[in-house]
Amino acid sequence: MKYLDEYRNGDIAAKIVAEMRRVQTRPWVLMEVCGGQTHSIVKNGLDHLLPEGVELVHGPGCPVCVTPLEMIDKAHAIARSPDVIFCSFGDMLRVPGSDGDLFSIKSMGGDVRIVYSPLDCLKIARANPENQVVFFAIGFETTAPANAMLAWRAREEKVTNLSLLVSHVLVPPALEAILSAPNNRVQGFLGPGHVCAVMGYNEYEPISSRYHVPIVITGFEPIDILEGTLMTIKQLEQGRATVENQYSRILDRRGNLPAQQLIAKVFEVGDRKWRGIGSIPMSGYHLRDEFLRYDAEKIFDVAEIATQEPKICISGEILRGLRKPHDCPAFGTLCNPQHPLGATMVSAEGACAAYYAYGRHLNPPGGDNLHQIAAGPSEREAAVQSPEERVYSHANR
Amino acid sequence: MCLAIPGKVVDTYDQRGLRMAKVEFGGIVREACLEYVPETQIGEYVLVHVGFAISRIDEAEAERTYQALKELDQLTELESPTVEEMAETGEPASPAWRNGGGLRE
Repeated sequence: MKYLDEYRNGDIAAKIVAEMRRVQTRPWVLMEVCGGQTHSIVKNGLDHLLPEGVELVHGPGCPVCVTPLEMIDKAHAIARSPDVIFCSFGDMLRVPGSDGDLFSIKSMGGDVRIVYSPLDCLKIARANPENQVVFFAIGFETTAPANAMLAWRAREEKVTNLSLLVSHVLVPPALEAILSAPNNRVQGFLGPGHVCAVMGYNEYEPISSRYHVPIVITGFEPIDILEGTLMTIKQLEQGRATVENQYSRILDRRGNLPAQQLIAKVFEVGDRKWRGIGSIPMSGYHLRDEFLRYDAEKIFDVAEIATQEPKICISGEILRGLRKPHDCPAFGTLCNPQHPLGATMVSAEGACAAYYAYGRHLNPPGGDNLHQIAAGPSEREAAVQSPEERVYSHANR
Repeated sequence: MCLAIPGKVVDTYDQRGLRMAKVEFGGIVREACLEYVPETQIGEYVLVHVGFAISRIDEAEAERTYQALKELDQLTELESPTVEEMAETGEPASPAWRNGGGLRE
């Protein structure tokens, strides 16, 4: 059964695309919210499977990408402090600050450790009572239950040598920021599946109705993404705008209630700055006053460091779906994963890094459109043709 | 970053008052916290993100999702190092956060 599913999925993919062709009558711009979805789309070339005129733009849902440079510099300053053990998820280690990254700090003798779970920090703190253990608590709502548990347990267990450098962001305010911009292009969203596994999706309904945009909570497999895209197109074609759940095998409307309860006990909502985008009101979590003694920003006197992003970088526009990596003159030349200039190149889940990883920087400008499948084959043709037999157009040549 | 991986609960136990599990991901066994899916039993599948089960899923679905994720080459998260617990002090485990904080009725 194990290996049959793939082939079945291949058939399903062709059927979903055929159904898109059947229902689609005009161009639509959809945004996938999550970096994990972007990665899956670019890796599998899903955007090239879509009917001509259905465009996917890439959203801000990459927490490593949107962590502001000032916060990264703060993390590095703390990691360089004597007697500090600085703990982080692995994907933060290569993100450059104004002066090097966590790997370079480690190579110069700093005690920087990658953790799999935030709870690992408790073990490290207990094992190293002479050191201050600091955890870089970044993430969207998906990661908030894990990070909240660390703060909660630290207080319960009266661990005194542990703190959190919190840079937590929230999806709904970012969607509102995108939709309320005068130059917004996004007409529908593939919603964040794992964020909603924690939070449910009630909070997306006012956004969907206020801006009249469909929001389809979508998973991360190729079939999930294609199905989510189809559901969104169907709503748009029918003039509907509601929240639907493509990822029902994982989540329901309410999400994970015990997780939400602990998040509310540990964090409160406040303003956050997003790299590439700027400050968004009420768009992040901060530790509640009861947890102030676990707040690394309060414990370590790290001066605000003024930082400046390279002028050439357009990542802010990419994160809002206004432009694509190929629109940037630095993409793949001055800016690459080894020497990232901005938000969307610093993490593998950023749109620019994903485009680079799968060779799209080798295409000429406009190369995103090169391999669009020719529009218009009938549902029957699309369903029976193998991918090799399909006709490719070369629109921009 | 929001990557979550389905795995099978092969053992459950208490660790300092937290409900924990050994979870198997296609041959790799890692520890995961079950506090957010407290009703989970051995043999069931959970969706795990940074060492925490955030959702319960059924077996057929888990296998399918895992195969697809394997294709995506996104299991590197599981390869990060394990932090071993130091020898326990012999003191009784601290009360569970849920008891201490009255999270659940």
